[in-house]
Amino acid sequence: MSRISEEQVKHAAHLARLAITENEAQMLTEQLDKIITYAEQLNELNTDNVEPTAHVLEIKNVMREDRAQEGLPREEVLKNAPEHQDGQIKVPGIME
Amino acid sequence: MSLFDHKISELHELLHKRDLSVSDLVDESFKRIGEVEGKVQAFLTLDEENARAAAKALDEKVIQNKPASKLYGLPIGIKDNIVTKGLRTTAASKILENFDPIYDATVVQKLKQAETVTIGKLNMDEFAMGSSNENSGFKNTFNPWNLDRVPGGSSGGSAASVAAGEVLFSLGSDTGGSIRQPASFCGVVGMKPTYGLVSRFGLIAFASSLDQIGPITRNVEDNAFLLKAIAGHDKMDSTSANVDIPDYTASLTGDIKGLRIAVPKEYLGEGVNEEVRKSVMDALVILERLGATWEEVSLPHSKYALATYYLLSSSEASANLARFDGVRYGYRSPNAENLLNMYKMTREEGFGEEVKRRIMLGTFALSSGYYDAYYKKAQKVRTLIKQDFENVFEQYDVIVGPTAPTPAFKIGENTRDPMTMYANDILTIPVNLAGVPAISVPCGLDKGLPLGLQIIGRHFDESTVYKVAHAFEQATEFHKQQPEL
Repeated sequence: MSRISEEQVKHAAHLARLAITENEAQMLTEQLDKIITYAEQLNELNTDNVEPTAHVLEIKNVMREDRAQEGLPREEVLKNAPEHQDGQIKVPGIME
Repeated sequence: MSLFDHKISELHELLHKRDLSVSDLVDESFKRIGEVEGKVQAFLTLDEENARAAAKALDEKVIQNKPASKLYGLPIGIKDNIVTKGLRTTAASKILENFDPIYDATVVQKLKQAETVTIGKLNMDEFAMGSSNENSGFKNTFNPWNLDRVPGGSSGGSAASVAAGEVLFSLGSDTGGSIRQPASFCGVVGMKPTYGLVSRFGLIAFASSLDQIGPITRNVEDNAFLLKAIAGHDKMDSTSANVDIPDYTASLTGDIKGLRIAVPKEYLGEGVNEEVRKSVMDALVILERLGATWEEVSLPHSKYALATYYLLSSSEASANLARFDGVRYGYRSPNAENLLNMYKMTREEGFGEEVKRRIMLGTFALSSGYYDAYYKKAQKVRTLIKQDFENVFEQYDVIVGPTAPTPAFKIGENTRDPMTMYANDILTIPVNLAGVPAISVPCGLDKGLPLGLQIIGRHFDESTVYKVAHAFEQATEFHKQQPEL
């Protein structure tokens, strides 16, 4: 039985903001199914009383002084923007 | 004979006495690049004009003052996922094809302080996702030992450029083996430091809880020098550790009497090539002769590391790569009429196949209804894997095994099935999950292809890792072998 359907793949692609093609959807369904099936071997392990590890070092809540700092210069920031106008980054229309 | 056959300490001495100039070193780099780069294809961007100007300025400076920094004037290559101000940085992705960084990564700032000379930016698998450089968005890099073979990955360009003598040393990054495996495949020394030892500020993020920058060099001593120069706490990376950075070269005494070595049986089992196994057993004989003892141990959760790694690293990647949306920098699809489609088409057109596959896997593993079953489960298994290492390190000083299960494979050999490519990292991935440091040093040749010995240490105990690696290196001739190009 497959673990993942083409519908699920298309939904994940939408969440990931990827305009995948029909071909890719098919291929990814097959490949992700294989990877997920492989990953399910983790279920052999009982982890009921195991804490999850998000980070290996004992570093917590690193704070800095709450003080304003100079940002990056506008001209520099705009240098890599695909499109800009009047000192601002320009994007295609958001609303119809 | 190349100038790069000298160690850092020797080159430093020559520069100091002014028997050698920085321009000589930079000339050597570009001369060699002219000879072999057409075959090896290690670089994505060369910075010849600036490198020559920098060399000239450093040579003028040395007339006033003797060079203080050990790394003064030495030519370095930098993996292309480490941002360099004003020098194109792509992470080998079309989505960043024309990206011109407006700041330097902390490691690059540190190299500038140490007055190294940047020769160029090195090829890699796109966003560091891969084990062969075949996932580069631009081109393949070829193994200097055999041009039909991959250099390993993802830091393939970093390892190949050092092995080919194009630069003296380089920086790579390692998320699941991306420094050690190419170092092993190319017959050079590659160190993945403890997570948090080196600042990740300016490293284009793949999996933030696993990524770590590290040095690739011709020998262990050089590696120790380079790590010292780039390590240290950085307020720009809140995951960087506030620890003292020792002089690693002080530990290179050759004395490993009484050292306790653990050899995990899982690292010499199924899937590990016979020649690889033999080279490790031979290495253990040498380490024993030097006064160390070894015993077989078990890291019982090793077989779960690969699945754990792919779930966690892909989940983190799916979040990290959300920033590439065509708005502020990088490629933007010209074919979209509204914002949502602009995001989708930019990412579809800009990312390569493997990157999309991992974003998809990560998005799926983090999506509502699957988070606990996949992502959280993997985080819990990560704890078990980390504990395996802690248990062994209660009784042993280092863990030794192979770096990779095979020598370099042929280009195209593993590209059809993602799972066979992933299996390449089975011996390096647990180290990243545990966050401990590990080095790969040359330990033999199999039909003319280099093999690597992996030495793993406790958190922040790079000194012991280097000590063992150096003692082994000095007792063998493997590090003197060079590819013929």
